[in-house]
Amino acid sequence: MTTNNSREENQSSLKDIVSAKVSRRGVFAGIGGLGAAALLASCGSGGSSSGGKSGALRWGNWPLYLDFDSKTKKYPSLEAFIKKTGIDTQYFEDYNDNDEFFGKVQAQLKLKKDIGYDIVTPTDWMAARWIRLGYTQKFDMANVPNGANILDTLANPSYDPKREQSLTWQGIMSGFGWNTAKNPKGIRTLDDLFAPQNKGKIVVLSELRDTIGIILLAQGVSPEKVTEDQYMNAVDFMAKKIADGWIRGVKGNEYAQDLTSGDATAVIGWSGDMFILASENKGKFDFAIPESGGTISGDNLMIPYTATAEAKKNAEALINYYYDPAVAAQVAAYVNYVCPVKGAQAEMEKIDPELAKSEYIFPTAKTLANLHVFRSLTTDEETSWTEAFQKAAGN
Amino acid sequence: MGKNRTPYLLLLPGFAFLFTFFILPIINLAQTSTQTKIAGGDTGQYEQTLHFRNYIDAFVANKEQFGRSFLYAIISTLLALAISYPLAYAIAFKAGKYKNLLLVLVVAPFFTSFLLRTIAWKQILGEEGFVVPTLRSLGIISQSTTLTSTSFAVVMGMTYNFLPFMTLPLFASIDRIDPRTLEASGDLYANGYTTFRKVTLPLSMPGVVAGTLLTFIPAAGDYVNASILGDPTTKMIGNVIESRFFKIVDYPTAAALSFTLMAAILILVTLYIRKAGTEELV
Repeated sequence: MTTNNSREENQSSLKDIVSAKVSRRGVFAGIGGLGAAALLASCGSGGSSSGGKSGALRWGNWPLYLDFDSKTKKYPSLEAFIKKTGIDTQYFEDYNDNDEFFGKVQAQLKLKKDIGYDIVTPTDWMAARWIRLGYTQKFDMANVPNGANILDTLANPSYDPKREQSLTWQGIMSGFGWNTAKNPKGIRTLDDLFAPQNKGKIVVLSELRDTIGIILLAQGVSPEKVTEDQYMNAVDFMAKKIADGWIRGVKGNEYAQDLTSGDATAVIGWSGDMFILASENKGKFDFAIPESGGTISGDNLMIPYTATAEAKKNAEALINYYYDPAVAAQVAAYVNYVCPVKGAQAEMEKIDPELAKSEYIFPTAKTLANLHVFRSLTTDEETSWTEAFQKAAGN
Repeated sequence: MGKNRTPYLLLLPGFAFLFTFFILPIINLAQTSTQTKIAGGDTGQYEQTLHFRNYIDAFVANKEQFGRSFLYAIISTLLALAISYPLAYAIAFKAGKYKNLLLVLVVAPFFTSFLLRTIAWKQILGEEGFVVPTLRSLGIISQSTTLTSTSFAVVMGMTYNFLPFMTLPLFASIDRIDPRTLEASGDLYANGYTTFRKVTLPLSMPGVVAGTLLTFIPAAGDYVNASILGDPTTKMIGNVIESRFFKIVDYPTAAALSFTLMAAILILVTLYIRKAGTEELV
């Protein structure tokens, strides 16, 4: 998958979208004037100001992860939902970090006390932990018929094989990103990545499922079924590349700054960030899913078991609403991650035909077939595998 | 009676603060440090088993980062001292009416966040900053040498970030030196060097000790510089503790490492103060 060159023709519309927002992982860095300003502007609860029974539905989501109109300071799709259903919805952009959020609500969850949210949006591995601990409620499938629209690739994660208690909010692809001047031929394999011109200028993701997932795939191992030995072997591979001076950093989204500053020339990175980088620096950066396969993960809509029956019903209505292809397209036109809803691409044609062609938002079936989901880990694995990865990263 | 109670009442807020925000967390940390995983428990679930081996295991597994932390902290403290002493001396004795202005300039960086200043250094030392291309064109560093993601950048960042902590106490004690003592030294035929060695330096020792402590202690526990300006081979013990707490969710090891770091710093500092022998501080 490469950036769509024909997009340049329609650069203005794309630029409008890009400049109107910052990827949520970009905001994670806590820097960048635009991000901070936009964050401040959109901070706190959105949704209805109609008052009445407050907290009929409370949704905690990552910052800048829902279509937002900077003029009206409202979330158009959410406003439409409130208008349509009359459900008083409070939207909180305060899910900033999986560990931090979990730490914040865990004590109440243990005591079965209200955590202040009826929908939360944890990333796959954290979603797995919630489910494992029994902190979520199963959907009443009759209330979420649109759930069937989920992309096949995301439909059967090992932590929730039938998607009975979680649905992907947005999907995140990871693959290779590179500076096109230093890597004119592009990067498709690990050998391309570890080519002499990139020595000492490679950054890989601190998300072990993505970095190790891609290494595993290159070694012919499926992340869906990886064993401990295979995993440790891949971690050793990374550790060796660090020791030999190939990899300069194991980082979160900061790799994007390293690419722009020239300190990094090739990365294992996320599609959404690379979309912004490629759009803002015409032709300077590119992104591709490795030939041997990339990984896809997602943030998941889930209902905590502390939500009341009424709130649960409202939450299901909202989740169902966002799985309507037309609504999903509206969100996708703003959020540059993989849209998890089938049929949204056709709807996107009506909003922005150019974006409907974007492989970043709507990967082709061929690309999707080459994306893998890291299997969920047992508690002990989660600890020891993370430990091994962190050790390799110098921690 | 009331008269005698007053000092204790005055101490109360401070003591209450220390108790709540220092003593209690320390006790909690100590309890955590000897816990072990509950068999079959989930991530982050630990129980008290008085497993003191945690300390040995944690230290052995991370002695490299411990060594690095102290090495970097010592180097940056010495560098900060070497830079700050002449600076503080000049401000105290030679700055005249600019004294206050210069002091403000020393403190000025504090008006910007620690994090932002460190990130700024990353850009300054980055490939597209002006430093690297300049040094390359002058042939001082090779074409392939980079400055970010090196131990050099980490130590430099620490030196820079903690410099005011060194400069201010040094200034305070140098400024207090009575110029007449220096004149007396000259009258007794001491040259400039001897005057410095026999008069200025001993009289400024409290500043040197305070400055080095204020620099060394936070530097040894710092992890911001290593994570922003370093690479995986320059990680310090602070990075390990952060990763243990938040990523691996291994609270006992993180707690044990924190205690070990505290103890190591305490021992080093005690030895140092004894050696430096300044009653004014202890």
